[in-house]
Amino acid sequence: MSQTTYHRALEIMSDICIGCSHCMKVCPTEALRVSGGKAKIHVDWCIDCGECYRICPTRAIRVMDDDFKHIFDFKHRVLLVPSVFYAQFDENISKEKIYAIIGELGFTEICAVEQSVDSLLDEENEYLKTAVKPAISSFCPSVIRLIQVRFPSLVDHIMQLLPPIEITAQYYKNKFKREGIPENDLGIFYLTPCIGKIAAIKSPVGGYTSPINGVINMDFFFNKVFLAYKQRIPITQTVKVSREISSKGVLFPTTGGESVHIEGKTLAIDGMANVIDFLEMLENEEIEGMDFLELRACDESCAGGILSHRNRFLMANSMKEYACKMPVTHNLTEDYKKYCSAVIHMEKIEPRSMVKYDRDIEVALKKMEGARELKLLFPGIDCGACGAPSCEALAEDIVKDQADINSCIFLRTLYEKRGEMSLEETIAIMENIWGKDRFIKKK
Amino acid sequence: MHLEYNVEGGDFTRAGYASSQIKKTLKQLNVDATVIKRVVVALYEAEVNIVAHAYRGVIYADINGAGIQLRLADEGPGIADVDMAMKRGFSTASREVREMGFGAGMGLPNISENADNFSIDTIVGKGTTLNIEIKF
Repeated sequence: MSQTTYHRALEIMSDICIGCSHCMKVCPTEALRVSGGKAKIHVDWCIDCGECYRICPTRAIRVMDDDFKHIFDFKHRVLLVPSVFYAQFDENISKEKIYAIIGELGFTEICAVEQSVDSLLDEENEYLKTAVKPAISSFCPSVIRLIQVRFPSLVDHIMQLLPPIEITAQYYKNKFKREGIPENDLGIFYLTPCIGKIAAIKSPVGGYTSPINGVINMDFFFNKVFLAYKQRIPITQTVKVSREISSKGVLFPTTGGESVHIEGKTLAIDGMANVIDFLEMLENEEIEGMDFLELRACDESCAGGILSHRNRFLMANSMKEYACKMPVTHNLTEDYKKYCSAVIHMEKIEPRSMVKYDRDIEVALKKMEGARELKLLFPGIDCGACGAPSCEALAEDIVKDQADINSCIFLRTLYEKRGEMSLEETIAIMENIWGKDRFIKKK
Repeated sequence: MHLEYNVEGGDFTRAGYASSQIKKTLKQLNVDATVIKRVVVALYEAEVNIVAHAYRGVIYADINGAGIQLRLADEGPGIADVDMAMKRGFSTASREVREMGFGAGMGLPNISENADNFSIDTIVGKGTTLNIEIKF
């Protein structure tokens, strides 16, 4: 068994990790460090955004998805497919072909995740009449977690409505119940382009229990489907396909696909850095007169999802072309309004504090002052050679006894020059951080 | 802990820097989110006042376990009628300032509402000092 450090959706496989520190540099909450030549996640600070997964050159970060074989525990196996999945494929591969392969791989029924979007948008507009403004869309799970961790004063702005996947899953649960099928026979699976969604379903925000039985990693599943397509596997199974989806549904996971249907003054912002910038302004009360914010962690929203492999712009374009062929609304919308609701069971979303220094403010103040003084000693170039993402982060780690001042390579060189440290000691520290074998020339 | 920030009159593009830095510090200290919000709203308002009305100023912040003491001392025209300035909607801000979304005239009452203790010392032709205290 490999040694692993994991939190919710992500796991670093230490045997594959080469401690290159790329992940540490992109983490928006500075939750990663390198020691002993391996990356480590600070579990409380991780927001499951997957930026580390995206950048990892050795694929050492694993997504904690469900074992595919788990689907066969159920007699009825429904796969909820997001519109981004079809956009992974070249336009020459027909949806009919993809449906047939999904059926052959073991699912008995297929439905679009975004089938619930039409009724959800009505509920959103209704909700906004009495909501704290600007209301922030609850669609992107990484944005919700980002707000909980870095912008706790804004949690009241998060719309307390369920995202489309949960409503569609509810609909299926209800539909099978109406048809008299025992609950234990029904397995609802979600094919996801998003690491945050896995975490959201495994440990949902707002005290809500999801009706979804398992989550399938889209990167993994694309390979499975595409391989079956390439090998022209014979189709022996039949699969039921619910084809009802509107153009609104297809485009909902793209940038602007939600906000365009919301009444009032709205903005659509994508990309983690852009979202953080805007939330800073919102927190400072610099934003006035805005009714609704569609905030998405990934550039080009779900088309740029962590588990999407195709170019995000080509995908967004494929989705637009697909939407042009679809009706503005679909036949099941009334049913959705009748049987489902985005508001049920959603409790208050709680802030999740990062606790940088200490829960006790006097202790925290002392440590912070210490860190500020230490920071003055460091070069301020955020080189990361200490195994922390910035000089500031190293200073913080030191006052919390999680790192040593000698971790700074610049200070070590100075100490060595002054004769306060031997060359052997400074090399030993380097090996401690970056691993012993690191300096052995690779063949 | 003591923090200091210089503020330049007329530099709207950098207005809010001190507020952002102090906000970041309070967040790292795990101060309650609603308290941070009050600090940020009051401080941002006061910081923009220096930018909009004064020539230059300094923001001094002292943080301890009980709360934050802010002193914003500016060199500027001073406030001729403090009672009038404390009224909602009253503004002497120029048209350009209003067009940038600042100077709606709610500054001082808004600061006062968010503060636990608030005082103004002003000398016409010399400058204004605001003292804002917010308890944790």
